[in-house]
Parts: sequence; C-alpha cells; structure tokens
Amino acid sequence: MPHILAAMGANVFAVAVVGFTIVIGRITDEVILPGLSGEGPGVSGRAVLSGMAALGIVGLVRGLSIMVRRWFNMMAVARTQRTWRQELTDRYLDAPMTFHWARPAGQLLAHADSDVEVATSMLMPLAFSFSVVALIVVSLISLWVVHPLFALVALILFPTLAVLNRRFTKSIEEPAARAQAEVGRVSSIAHESLDGVLVVKTLGRQDQEVARFAEAAAALRAERIAVGRLRANYSPIIYSLPNLGILTLLLVGTWLFDQGAVTLGEMVRAMALFSILSLPMEILGFLFQMIPQSVVAQDRIDGVLAVDPEPKPKGGTVGLPTIDFVDLSFAYPVEGVQAPLVLEGLSVRIEPGETVALVGSTGSGKSTLVALLAALMPPSSGQVLLGGVDVQDLGSEGTASVVAPVLQETFLFADSVRQNLTLGRHIPEGELQRVLALVAAEGFVAEMPQGIDTVVGERGMTLSGGQRQRLAIARALLRRPQVLVLDDATSAVDPTIEAAILANLRAHGDRTLLVVAHRLATIRLADRVLFLEGGRIAAHGTHEELLAVPAYAALAQAYEKAGS
Amino acid sequence: MTALDGRDVAGPEEEPEARTLASIDEAGAMAVLRRGIAASPELQKGLWGTAAMALAVAGSKLLLPLSIQLILDIGLGSDGVRFAWVLAVSVVSAVLVVGSIFLGRATYYRLVCMAENVLMGLRVRTFEHLHRLSLADHTAARKGVLTARVTSDVETLTKFAQWGAIAWIIDLFQIAGVLVVMAFYSWQLTLLTLAVHLPLIPMLRRMQRSQLKAYDRLRTRVSDTMGIISEAVMGMVTVRGYGYRQATKEAIHEAVDEQYHQQMRAARYFSLVMPTTDVFGVAAIASVVGAGVWWGGSWGLSSGELIAFIFLVNLLLNPITELGEVLDQTQTALAGWWKILDVLDTPVEIPVNLTGPALPAGPLSVEARGVEFAYREGGRVLHGIDVDLPAGASVAVVGETGSGKTTFVKLVARLADPTAGCLLVGGVDLRQLVTADRQAAVRMVPQDGFLFNTSVGENIRFGRPEATMEEVEAAIDALGLRPWVGGLVEGLATSVGERGESLSVGERQLVALARAQLANPGLLILDEATSAVDPETETTLERALERLAEGRTTLSVAHRLSTAERADLVLVFDRGNLVEQGPHEVLKNAGGIYQGLYASWLGNTREDV
Repeated sequence: MPHILAAMGANVFAVAVVGFTIVIGRITDEVILPGLSGEGPGVSGRAVLSGMAALGIVGLVRGLSIMVRRWFNMMAVARTQRTWRQELTDRYLDAPMTFHWARPAGQLLAHADSDVEVATSMLMPLAFSFSVVALIVVSLISLWVVHPLFALVALILFPTLAVLNRRFTKSIEEPAARAQAEVGRVSSIAHESLDGVLVVKTLGRQDQEVARFAEAAAALRAERIAVGRLRANYSPIIYSLPNLGILTLLLVGTWLFDQGAVTLGEMVRAMALFSILSLPMEILGFLFQMIPQSVVAQDRIDGVLAVDPEPKPKGGTVGLPTIDFVDLSFAYPVEGVQAPLVLEGLSVRIEPGETVALVGSTGSGKSTLVALLAALMPPSSGQVLLGGVDVQDLGSEGTASVVAPVLQETFLFADSVRQNLTLGRHIPEGELQRVLALVAAEGFVAEMPQGIDTVVGERGMTLSGGQRQRLAIARALLRRPQVLVLDDATSAVDPTIEAAILANLRAHGDRTLLVVAHRLATIRLADRVLFLEGGRIAAHGTHEELLAVPAYAALAQAYEKAGS
Repeated sequence: MTALDGRDVAGPEEEPEARTLASIDEAGAMAVLRRGIAASPELQKGLWGTAAMALAVAGSKLLLPLSIQLILDIGLGSDGVRFAWVLAVSVVSAVLVVGSIFLGRATYYRLVCMAENVLMGLRVRTFEHLHRLSLADHTAARKGVLTARVTSDVETLTKFAQWGAIAWIIDLFQIAGVLVVMAFYSWQLTLLTLAVHLPLIPMLRRMQRSQLKAYDRLRTRVSDTMGIISEAVMGMVTVRGYGYRQATKEAIHEAVDEQYHQQMRAARYFSLVMPTTDVFGVAAIASVVGAGVWWGGSWGLSSGELIAFIFLVNLLLNPITELGEVLDQTQTALAGWWKILDVLDTPVEIPVNLTGPALPAGPLSVEARGVEFAYREGGRVLHGIDVDLPAGASVAVVGETGSGKTTFVKLVARLADPTAGCLLVGGVDLRQLVTADRQAAVRMVPQDGFLFNTSVGENIRFGRPEATMEEVEAAIDALGLRPWVGGLVEGLATSVGERGESLSVGERQLVALARAQLANPGLLILDEATSAVDPETETTLERALERLAEGRTTLSVAHRLSTAERADLVLVFDRGNLVEQGPHEVLKNAGGIYQGLYASWLGNTREDV
C-alpha cells in the first residue's frame, strides 16, 4: 500500500513539474511581456493575480506530491526492513544449532543490520524511477506541442545524459567496491588492535599499531580519491549538458521566433523544462548503481531464509528421568568433508538421583555429550533417552523442563539479575534468595547498587567470571530441574566458594547431577565417574576404582598439578 | 577482558550516548565545526585556493540566466531579431560552459582530496589517541563504543564529506553569487525574494534540531536492536536450553518495531524539509512575478531581466533544496564528529616520557607508598597500599574476587596511574621513567592470551621488535619451548589466526612468555590464567614460567596454591586493602584470610588431606 501511494505521489510530481513549466510559459506571454514591454494595453491586475495563483497552486501540488512520495516511500522501505528483520531473527531462533556453529555471530548481525539496509536501498529511488518514465513522456509531448524541433533537441540531449549517467555508475562500481573492501580492512584492524589493547600496552606497541592502521587508512584514502576522480570527471559534464541544450534552444528558438512559429513564453517554457530534466536522469543512474548491491544483499538474506527450521518436536512425557545414551555417535557437520566422529557408539545409563562426573581430556566429547542430552542438536546416529523418551521428540524446550544445562561459557542477558534468574517466570522472592544462598551469590548480589534489580551484562554492571557462573547455576536451580548438568560450570569460581556450592548441591535435593569436571575435589564428590576417551566411555566406576586405569590415572595426576 | 580490573571489580558505568546528545544539542552545529576545524590541520591547508576555485565554479552557474537575459532583451527585443548578437552570446556562453566543466573537474577533485586527507588524519589521530588512553578508559563496557569511533563514526563523516560537505561549499557560494546578480537586476526584487525566504530559516532550524534528536534516538534504537539480536545469537544455547525462545522472539520483534516507529518519526522531517523549501521557492517566484510586473516598469526592469530573475530564483532554489537534503546527513555527521572530538579531548593520563632517570640493570625492587586508585566515575578500589618488595623476590598476590589484587599489579605495570600515592620501581617513580625504558624493564604478561593475526614467530618478536630471528630462537630455547615449536604444523611460521584463536589457551600463554623472555625485563608481572589448560601444555607452561622467572623480580596474581607456596613473599588483598604479607609458611598458620584460602585450596586439590 505505501508503495502504491509513494508511486502515486511520484506521478503527481511528474505532472506538476511539467505543469509548472507550462504556467511559467503562459505567464511570460500573458503577464510579463505585456506588462513590461511598454507596448500595447499593459496587463490587468486580475491577470497578474491569476498568474500568481496558478503558480501557487502548481507549486503546492508539487510540494505535496514530494511529501507524499517521501513519507510513503520511507514507510514502504521501513516496513520492508521491519518484516525482513523479524523474519531473519525468527529464523535464527528456529534454525538448528548447527546453523549457528557454522556462522560467526557478526555475520548474522550483519544480515539483520546492513544487508537489510542495502537490500532495501533500491526501494528508495525505485518509486521515483517509475515516475521518471512518466516525466520524460509528458515532457516530450509538452515540447512537441510547442515545436517538434524543441522535442528533437531533447531527444538528442536526454539519451546522451542517460548514457553518460549509466557509464558513470558503471565505471564507479569497481573502484567503489575496492574502497568498500578497504573500509573492511581498516575496521578489522581497528577491532583487532583495540581488542588487544592490554597486550598492545604491555608490549609498548602503540606506535607500530598506529603505523599499521595508518597504512590501511592511506590505502583507503587512495581508493576513495580514485572514486572521487571518476566523479569529478563525470558530474560537471552531466551538470553542464542541459545548459548547452538550453543555449541550443535559444538559437533554434530565435530562428523559430523570427518565423513566428513560437512565442517567447513557449521558449521560456521549454528552457524551464530542460533545466529540470537533469535530476531524473541522475536518479535513474543512482538506481542502476544500487541494483547490483541490493541484489547481492538480498541473496544473502534469502540464503538464511532458505535454511529449514528445526523440525517440530513430537512431544512426550518424562516420568523418572533415567538417562540412556544408546549407541550414540556424533560428528560436527562440515560442508563437503567427512568430519571426524566426536562420539562413536557411546552407550551408558545414568540412574535418577545419581551424581556422575564426566572426565576426559580436551576433545574427548564431554561437551558434545552435554549438548546432545539437552537436545540442542540431533545425534548423527543413536539416541538419547530421558525416562525412555527420545530427547529429540521432546525438543530443546521439552527437554529443558527436565534437564538444566550450565555451560562453562555462561551467558547473561543485558538485563537485571532478577530477570536473568527468572527468565520471565514468576518466582517468589524467598525462593530466589534461597537459591542465591545455595550458590553463595546472595552476598555480592546484595552489595550491587540496586541489589537483585541491578542490570548486568554488556551495558550494565560488569561481573567477574566466577560471579557470572554462580548466577548461571542459580538460574538452572530455579527451574527445579530433575537433572542438573554442570559443564565445567565452576571453572572461574574461587576454590572456597566452589567447594561450598558443590557441598550445597549434594546436600539439597535428590536430583540427578552430571558434572563435567577438571578439579579432583569435584570428581571425588561423584557416586560414579565416567571416563571418556576417543568418543566412548573407556571406563566407569568410582574415582578410586578408576585410578587403576593408566590413562585415567595420568589425567588425574595432571589435574592435581594444574589445580595446585 | 580489558577493563583495568575487569576480572576483579565491576567497572565504572556511564552513558556516553546520552551525554553527547545533550551537549551537542546545546552547542549546535557551529560549535562542532569550530572544534572540528581546530582538530584537523588538513582542513586549513590550501583552503583559500580551493575556495577561490569553488567560487569560480559557483559563478559559472550564473552564465545561463545572464545569457537568457541578454538574448531576450537585446537579441529578441522590441526592435526585431538580431541574429548576430544571439549567436555571439550563445557561442561565448557555450565556450564558458565548456570551460566550467574543466574547472569543475579540477575543483571537485581538489575538494575530494582535501576531504579524504582530513578524514584520514582524523581517523589515525583518533586511533592513536585511543591507544594512548589509560586502561581505565578502556573498560569492557566501553570497548565497543571506542572502536565505533574510528570505524562507524568516521564512516558517517565520510558519507558526509563525499556529498554534504562539498554541497555546502559550492551551494553557499552559489547562493551568494545568485544574490549579487539578482541585486544587479533589481535590488527591490532581491529584497522581496529574501523576505519570502526569511521565515524558512527559523523553520528549517527548528526542523533541523528536531531531526538531529530524532536521528540520534534512531541510532540508539538501532544499537538497542542490534544488542538484543546479538544477545540472542550469542546466548542461543541458553535461550534454547531454558525454553526462552518465544520470549526472545517477542523481545526482538518489539525492538525491531520500536526501531521502525523511530524511523518513521525521523521520516517526518525527511519528508517535510525538502518540499517545504520547494514551496517557499515557488512562493518567491510568484511574488517576484507579481511585484515585477506591477512595479517593474517604474524600476526600469525589462522583461528579459524579469525572466532571468525567475531562472535565478530557481538557481537559488536548487542549492537551498540540496542543503535541505544534506541537512539530514549533516546532522548525523555532526553527531558522529562530536563524538570523535570527545574522544580526542579525553585526557591522556600516561604521557610519553622521552627523558628521565636511568634504571639499574638486573632485577628491580618495587615500593608502593600510599597507593590509592579510583575509577573516573565510581568508587575507590585500592585504599592506601604501602609495601616494599626487594629486588629479585618472587611475590604472589592473592585475594578473593574483587579484592583489588589485579588492579594493584596493573598499576605497577603503569597501565593506569594511582589516584594518590606513588609507585617506585628500582627506586625511581614510575611516572618519571622514560617510556621506552619502562616498557623494556617492566613487562606484564596478561591473562588473556591475545595474539595478533600473524605467525607464532612474529608474535614472539613483538616482545622486542628489533630482535633478530636468532634471538627469538634463543628465547624459545631458554624457556624449553623447542619441542612445542617443533610440534607446530609450520613451526614458527604457523599462523595463529584471528586473536590467536587457532592456538589453545595454553599455547597462547607460551607465546606470551616467550615474548617476555625476549624483552628480558627486570620486573616481570604475571596475571595467572584461571581457565583450565590441557595437561600436556600445562607441564610445558609451568617449566617455561620457572625459567622465565629466574634472575628477575616477579609479581604474580596467583590463582594457584603452588605459586603462592613457592613465592618468597605472599601479599593478601581484601576489599582494596593489603591485609597480610609474609612468606607462605608463616601466613598459612597465622589465622587470617590466607589460612582460609589455603585450607580450601588443599581441600580441593590434594588427595592426602
């Protein structure tokens, strides 16, 4: 709808522009010439006033049509942007996790921000461009009516202008793209360098960093100047051609006037039209320039929208949450390559209420196992059963009501502590305080400026890694999960506090506790240790029992050293 | 984490966006311009030559109305058609128009070069200034904001420089030129034209101010939207694992919607400004025609002059309309410029010293005299620290999260200066030392193993850029890193990837240690990593650290029992105070905070307790 209104505004504009030149022409013949030539009867006040009124009306119509075009054009663009942004982000949330692992966050943000911006940028001149065609046709007819020779001058001039504009936009494409690439380089150097500002300072490398940045900035300047040179070559010609056309009109017009074929007013009308027509040519050139960029951005957006959302979970109810990993295999999907298996035919059962430690060296598949248990991704083969129900049937939401995973990389939203803990659900204050105490977080939360309502995260109060991890555990506990999974979730917590939290977790509740652990103290808390090696359970039993396994004993020794 | 004490202390918070909006709103465009010109010497260079050329270009635009008047009044005047005259005027005019093409080309090119020089200067100076700011200004919360200054803010300025700034220069000259020729034809009609346009100025000004605010709000909305989307993407696992998906979707939709509404609010001015000037232009033409025809005869105005006058009003209209168009852009650009200038005006707390007392060779002592530290906005995090650390000692700094231990060592590394008291290294006040000497003699190995996106060897060499490859190799051998380097795919030539992410956390620390070894500092400051390192690397790391520490004073933020046990001296921090100091053996039974820490360490790691 706004598109149509914008296009209508643009067409009214075309008619008003030509109408304006006609009014100027008639005013010349009927008001100015009789009024100022000093010959004939002069001019009546009525004629002057009606000339002024006609100008005023055409001018108002023209102004209003611009307003309508701009407002609705903007609305059309903004609405399209809004729809695309919402569709894109919905897809981000519905696409399988593997979609996210294959793409850096920055790329997804760029799709939702600049790609949408660029893809819609051709919509802005588009509405106007439709009316440009109308404008050209109406102008040519108007000129033809005055005299065919005038129309002929226009027929030579305007295609020349259109060709020049097209050549200009075409020639500028490549250098403009190169300049854009340089912008990317400058900004990635800035990001890297300022990201590592601590290291730059400790190494005293400020000067070298400035030199590196200056070099990229100079390259960018060179490309930009190259673009500027092209613009300097074309734009004065494009600006001056209509003026040469008007001079031609004056010559031709003088001859026709002498013949009595045209009036002075008609000459003025033709000249006024010429001086207006260069603008639409520029708009057309601008549109041609925008189209290829817009199409590329649109392709990137379509690429995301083409990703299938996660299949809808079938649902199911979980009774006693026995966890069965059944012949589980997993490989991270890598395009075109046979990816190595992270888990390979892993099978094990965890009984309700058990405290189990997952131990294994880096890359043994511990975190993958956790992600599969939380139904964050489907296994390559095999099943994870929760109380006999496949977690894939439950979906990540369904599984979340039973299993609460806390990962090493804790994530807090830029929101209040309360909101981060409740995630929008209603939880009584007493319960919140009880759980904060369990994770030894009531102290620092109470000391924050607004207590539990203090905003944390990127644009709020900065918390230490340990504090963040404690809040993440509290968030999980508040959901009263039957299965709590801690994936190295206390790595940044002070040792004293960690011990207290783990003791609390053991003492309260009969939930299943699955802990990915690197510290011996944590491992020793477990009823049973699962030792992962090469994507399988290599051994399981109590810590003491497993010390008989050489690979396990070596790892335990390394942990002891690292932890001490 | 680059906050001065990001791990330990909540950084100070501020709302730079809101502050900027308020002050630019009070100051207005001219203030930005004055400040901006002062900060860019490139703007002043060759300014007059360029201005003269721009004036000539603007003048050439008056050719047409002049020729129209000459041809209509003399060539087609009441005494019949004079072909020769018409031809002569047309040809001279055409020649001048063609000449103006070349002049325009040279002028435009000159303007572009000037604009790009200014932008580059601004970009590089801002970047340099950012690096020279104290670490207290680089809090985690502000990191993104600061980077945006040299990237997106300079880019908005670029867009402006490519069109808006040039339009302002040419258009203002053109307006002046048109007014002069107008006055030559009829000063009465000129005054009339000006009078009709007069109400436009306060109107445009009001719209301009509202527009500035609307755009600033839009920018805030855009960053809000991006913030919430970025959160959802980064926290995708949490969002899904906690059944928070629907609520997140709704929150994003709402933010996008808010952005849309703000966009439309800004669109009001976008759609109003240009048509308003257009309507005023038409009103001016109508008044000129009316007054010109009615009274023109008595002023001696010819019909050609009046028609030329109409074209002149039209010539006035174009630059005014264009200025209305670029106003939009100018607003955004000015807001961006202001923010950049704010950065440039942030005081550099740690100036570069070129002269100063010399440092003794070998291990360096450290003395703290009443050292206090507070963030620019926010509370004090260190309260009067007094301590003497003898040269050659190995010192462990321990304390709970938030105790100020990391802040203390960062002050010793002079990443910021104490707000009161002083720090002496090798008997010399840190603030008096020659910057280069200090950077060589006092070396901090930070916890975050940030590497530059180049090879392992180059990253090590950053420790002392003038070092030869042999010296790099020697440093590697000295720390016993040969087997590790041998195990890398391409040895020292192995690329480390963006931020060093192709290497493991432990490996990045190895590179950082080799860097320090290469610099051969007398005082080594270590911020131990907390995150788990894989066991094999751990062993290598520990051995390398031991060797690196030999013959130097070391100050380590210790998260590990073994570091504290081995240290000659342990400093225990609590809530910004130094509460205990002494050897491990003494403190472990002293009944203080350290004893508690020690007990918990033991309980967590040792089998035999």
